[in-house]
Amino acid sequence: MSPKVRQKKVPIAEQKPEERIRNFDEVCLGYTMEEAIEEGMRCLQCKNAPCVAGCPVTIDIPGFIKALREGNIDESWKILKNATNLPAVCGRVCPQETQCEGVCTLGRGKDFEPVAIGKLERFVADWKASSGDAPAPAVRRGEPKGKVAIVGSGPAGLTAAGDLAKMGYRVKVYEALHEPGGVLMYGIPEFRLPKTIVRREIENIKLLGVEVEVDTAVGRSVTIEELRSEYDAVFIGTGAGTPRFIGIPGTTLNGVYSASEFLTRVNLMHAYRFPEYDTPIKRLKNVVVVGGGNVAMDAARSALRLGAERVTVAYRRTQAEMPARVEEYHHAVEEGIEFRWLTNPVEYVGDERGWVKAVRCIRMELGEPDESGRRRPIPVQGSEFLLEADGAIEAIGQGSNKVLLDAFPELKLNRHGYIVADPETGATSVEGVFAGGDIVTGAATVILAMGAGKNVAKAIDEYISAKRLRAASR
Amino acid sequence: MHTILEKKLIAPNEYDMWVEAPKVASHAKPGQFVVVRPTSKGERIPLTIADYDLKRGSIRFIFQAVGKTTHQMARFEVGDSLSDVLGPLGRPSEIKKWGTVMLVGGGVGIAALFPILRELKRVGNYTITVLGGRSSELVIMKDECRRYSDELIITTDDGSEGIKGVVTEGMKVASEGRKINQAWAIGPTIMMKFASLAAKEMGIPIWVSLNPIMVDGTGMCGGCRVEVGGEVRFACVDGPEFDGWAVNWDVLMRRLQQYKDEEKLSLEQYMAEVESAL
Repeated sequence: MSPKVRQKKVPIAEQKPEERIRNFDEVCLGYTMEEAIEEGMRCLQCKNAPCVAGCPVTIDIPGFIKALREGNIDESWKILKNATNLPAVCGRVCPQETQCEGVCTLGRGKDFEPVAIGKLERFVADWKASSGDAPAPAVRRGEPKGKVAIVGSGPAGLTAAGDLAKMGYRVKVYEALHEPGGVLMYGIPEFRLPKTIVRREIENIKLLGVEVEVDTAVGRSVTIEELRSEYDAVFIGTGAGTPRFIGIPGTTLNGVYSASEFLTRVNLMHAYRFPEYDTPIKRLKNVVVVGGGNVAMDAARSALRLGAERVTVAYRRTQAEMPARVEEYHHAVEEGIEFRWLTNPVEYVGDERGWVKAVRCIRMELGEPDESGRRRPIPVQGSEFLLEADGAIEAIGQGSNKVLLDAFPELKLNRHGYIVADPETGATSVEGVFAGGDIVTGAATVILAMGAGKNVAKAIDEYISAKRLRAASR
Repeated sequence: MHTILEKKLIAPNEYDMWVEAPKVASHAKPGQFVVVRPTSKGERIPLTIADYDLKRGSIRFIFQAVGKTTHQMARFEVGDSLSDVLGPLGRPSEIKKWGTVMLVGGGVGIAALFPILRELKRVGNYTITVLGGRSSELVIMKDECRRYSDELIITTDDGSEGIKGVVTEGMKVASEGRKINQAWAIGPTIMMKFASLAAKEMGIPIWVSLNPIMVDGTGMCGGCRVEVGGEVRFACVDGPEFDGWAVNWDVLMRRLQQYKDEEKLSLEQYMAEVESAL
């Protein structure tokens, strides 16, 4: 290895802001092979590998980077696939700055940036996919070790499904929507995570023998009792899945959306290609997005791409507290999204036809830290003002979806309405039923849901194996 | 894929379809609905389930061709398939012995009313059915409804059958001099609004089945929010049936208009395509 390591990450090609705000194509164009190897050379190959500990699915990061920089992409890809069923996704949407890259030894040096681990991961996954040689299906011979039903085909469910199939289980994934992928399909926009990539990852999981049944709302189209009698174990990974509204006056005005509706129309239903696709979306001119997370960034940047002239993000805290990935925030700023810190809406004001025409906001100030450790925003009395808008999108988080839970009253829920599950194993109050991802933790990230799916897959294997052993020794 | 097993034109622009959907058929209850996406580029629309056949694994729905999606479905024939059918969704109707019940239906809403009527009759209620339409030929499913109705009243705007007038006229006749324990009204929004106002005046509790714009139908998007008793509710998971006295009808009607321009554009473009193909 060369004694002199470059301080900064190898720059990566991106669509220029003025171009990309008029299309839905991916913003980041990815590394070339030369760039990826050059970036890979920056890895110090630390023995203690803090990055691995920082990864919720414990990818052997120094391992895959070593293989990559030796030009052995196949080997690099195998190392990735050992730990993650969705490498092309993780490389794009993980908050690396708070995980692997956040603890990277190189990044701790003065004036040094961490290794671009996420960008290298996506490089390997994309390279492998475009090389054309489809991954060999891992066909298992002989009797399956058991049958597992997975409810929900988002990151948690897909991860658990892939892992269990690799262990030798027959796995079926039930999805309520018409296309699998969960939040990867309906939530995260094309310009951040192209849907062809999600479909490709799901095809890879199907090659492991996983079956996917769409248009099936568990609790309605099939009951949980039916699943429990047919399968040895059931994993619930349905996601948080119901939008929260602040609940201020004017919430039912036309032009007020939940981010979930706005993004589902755009992503899952392809409304940005209306009328080629039948689902419409309003082409708004002046949009206020409420919230400070990734979903708020996605909604704001989608509104811009749909032709808005002005998009303002109103967030009740400041930039320092906002939970969005740094990269998304930077991209949003580059694209001309305006940010109003310490600003919270108190009312949507409608015109005579019942369309929103302005958002009445109040200024906030930060008080003492709350239970999340962030300073609590407090309204400043008498500081109300109007933001003109013909559309408003609330991206303030999710609650637990009732469709399955209402039909399954035996399942113990916590006071927020999420499933009570063992943090290690995902075991719920009902034997043979496991849960993981947002439906347990409340809305979090793709990678945390994947981590949960991984742990639960292990626990389900242990549960079924133990049950078989007991039955055999009887 | 969901193969179309039967298709009939039962009134001008109104179609009666039986479609293969075994999971829906085996779990459906009166009052529930499905979300249908007819083609891979189609939108998702909610349709109330009119009937279900367990043996054949099929469900029935009746729809009026109004926008692009329903016009497109109207051109599907037996043997064709709908891309997606999801359900049954929503909370089922409260079927129990209420005593005397009044069921008010209009337009294709009569189809949604039918399984509720049948179940209410089956559990021993005295059933009075009021069906209305602009003219006789637009009052659908009369014979089927008659079979489960102790009394059947028909109203038409033009007087071509039954009482000349709207359904509220029929409701007055039905409720005269006796106590009605519970009513249902399903039909065009404006009809449900006036049926609810009339029921409130008569002191009759009434369920209405709301039909706001939906996307997923499973509580995921909140696009179907309605205002009931001053609270925001999601029609897809909290409904579709709500207390008719408490519904804010203006909000519902306003929200139904949200995509009027886009719907018009979509339909015009589709009709032009159909014409040029002929």
